[in-house]
Amino acid sequence: MTTMSYARASAAALAEEMRRDATVWALGEDLGRGGVFGQYRGLVDEFGPDRIADTPISEATIMGAAVGAALVGTRPVVEMRFSDFALCAVDELVNQAAKARFMFGGQARVPMVIREPIGMWRSSAAQHSQSLEAWYVHVPGLVVVAPATPADNKGLLKSAIRSDDPVVYMEHKDLWPLEGEVPDDEDYTVPLGRARLAREGDDVTLVSWSRMVGEAEQAAAEAAKQGIAVELIDLRTLWPWDEAAVLASVVKTGRLLIAHEAVQVGGFGAEIAATVAEKAAAKLKAPIRRLGAPRAPISYAKPLEDALRVSPPALLRAIQSLVES
Amino acid sequence: MTASKPNIDAERLLRHYRTMWRIRAFEQVAERAQREGHVGGAVHQSIGQEAVAVGVCANLRPSDQITTNHRGHGHAIAKGTDAAAMMLELCGKVGGTCAGKGGSMHIADFSVGMLGANGVVGAGIPIAVGAAHGAKLKGEARIVACFFGDGAVNRGPFLEGLNWAKIFALPVLFVCEDNGFASTTRANAVTAGEGAAARAESFGIPAFAVDGNDVVAVDGLVGDCVERLRAGAGPLFVHARTYRLMGHTTADAGAYRPKAEVEAQWGEEPIARAGRQLVALGVPEAELAKAREAAEAEMEATMRGAIAAPYPPLSEAFSDVQDIGAPE
Repeated sequence: MTTMSYARASAAALAEEMRRDATVWALGEDLGRGGVFGQYRGLVDEFGPDRIADTPISEATIMGAAVGAALVGTRPVVEMRFSDFALCAVDELVNQAAKARFMFGGQARVPMVIREPIGMWRSSAAQHSQSLEAWYVHVPGLVVVAPATPADNKGLLKSAIRSDDPVVYMEHKDLWPLEGEVPDDEDYTVPLGRARLAREGDDVTLVSWSRMVGEAEQAAAEAAKQGIAVELIDLRTLWPWDEAAVLASVVKTGRLLIAHEAVQVGGFGAEIAATVAEKAAAKLKAPIRRLGAPRAPISYAKPLEDALRVSPPALLRAIQSLVES
Repeated sequence: MTASKPNIDAERLLRHYRTMWRIRAFEQVAERAQREGHVGGAVHQSIGQEAVAVGVCANLRPSDQITTNHRGHGHAIAKGTDAAAMMLELCGKVGGTCAGKGGSMHIADFSVGMLGANGVVGAGIPIAVGAAHGAKLKGEARIVACFFGDGAVNRGPFLEGLNWAKIFALPVLFVCEDNGFASTTRANAVTAGEGAAARAESFGIPAFAVDGNDVVAVDGLVGDCVERLRAGAGPLFVHARTYRLMGHTTADAGAYRPKAEVEAQWGEEPIARAGRQLVALGVPEAELAKAREAAEAEMEATMRGAIAAPYPPLSEAFSDVQDIGAPE
């Protein structure tokens, strides 16, 4: 185990996979200088500019060229810089990467990882702060991952690179400096599609992912002081999501709260809530609760931006309301 | 009308002639089968444009690759895709190039380097560039030819893709098959400046204009280009002027064009022109008739086979979506 940041954990994962497989390469803007968040720092020194490729600011062609390069047998890791910018490449991701294997009748795979830094990052405003994971979950052909810890950012990125599917890999910008224990073992991976039980409890199931897991942990700790035992599930992968883990927990607790940073309307929480309602309604002791952002663009000014956040106190109130109802 | 003796040997030109007839017959049979209800969706014919597909692909090796657009039957056949499998695909049947899951607009045959038609204008450009980039990373010597139309030059991926190919010095042959129409709008009415070739040259990519209805001219030019590409010249650009004799799709009568214009263009179409060139080279007319009849017989037979073939099992609707999180 080594203590390292979420950003360094991702760099370690990429370096290990590039050593392991000569067909893995990364492409995107400013990667040779370490990437805009430093998550590629040092990699060009070891792997050279062909495999840590600096590209023009051409998101559509970064994505589209990666599709072509994946179709001919390389494993590109695409850096989109901000998930918001990946919207310039939606055709290449949704119409090409996600469809090629199916619509060509299985003749080729598209083994690529699309790194999309998501989320609010103090005063980055409406075009640099979004969490659009639910859009991609909706698209057949894609895997969607949103790690919350340094260890998971290493293990999940390694699994994503080894996967033959196109994986939308959403790292939260506020998590880059987060430190944690990370396994050194080069064979360490975290399987895609499996949730992490972050905290055990019998009273309320709280499902979250990405940065919101940290807020949820704070709220769960507060709840514990009041005698409420929260079971916290960090989903880690949104498609496929670990339905079995969530259902098992809800069967135990009878109460479900889903919290995410993304807009609540049409957010992925709705899918989880609907699934639990369909499959475990009889076990519920209280109506399912969701917490997400209001359906408003993200503001620049601090107090306005904070008005859109799901805060630990709001989470605590929701937990309390579930137990009281 | 007679043709002067073209600079090509008769055997090579006869091969081109046969392939052009195979493309034409394929699309004519497909159109009829669509009217009869055997082919669904949109079918975009390339009738009148066959010389571009044939003249380019005749210079490619099996290991070379192409991407194409929604009007890609000709490119696919010229690159060696099995026409019977293509016809099965158009009918959505078992044995189709894409297992009946893609149809006309998504024909692909990776075994012959045909990396896919595309339903989105210009979308094949970054994919072609990426295929060349991937080959370069793997140290594989091949070139990639990228077919697109005059409508694609107004899309961002065209400009991004050309820039990318140039800065990474990739062996991509960009082929703008300029049939005059962006869907049902005249391309020159919606394209600023001097057009496709000038845009390529502005990126420092050498661009060459050619009469796209003259298979001998296309073959000769592309032969030179391919030699330069293999020698490491970086990307090159071919602007082939041709004319779309049919509508945008089989559902489009093309009534926005004067009849006289279309009739005049039928006089310029590439197959008859190649026929005149063959006669000038001493090939008997009977040989030409035989080529046409053989192509038509082949495509009629493939269509009969496609109509008789079964639809895919329903499980195909759920296979090859993805490994992890596939539909249950």
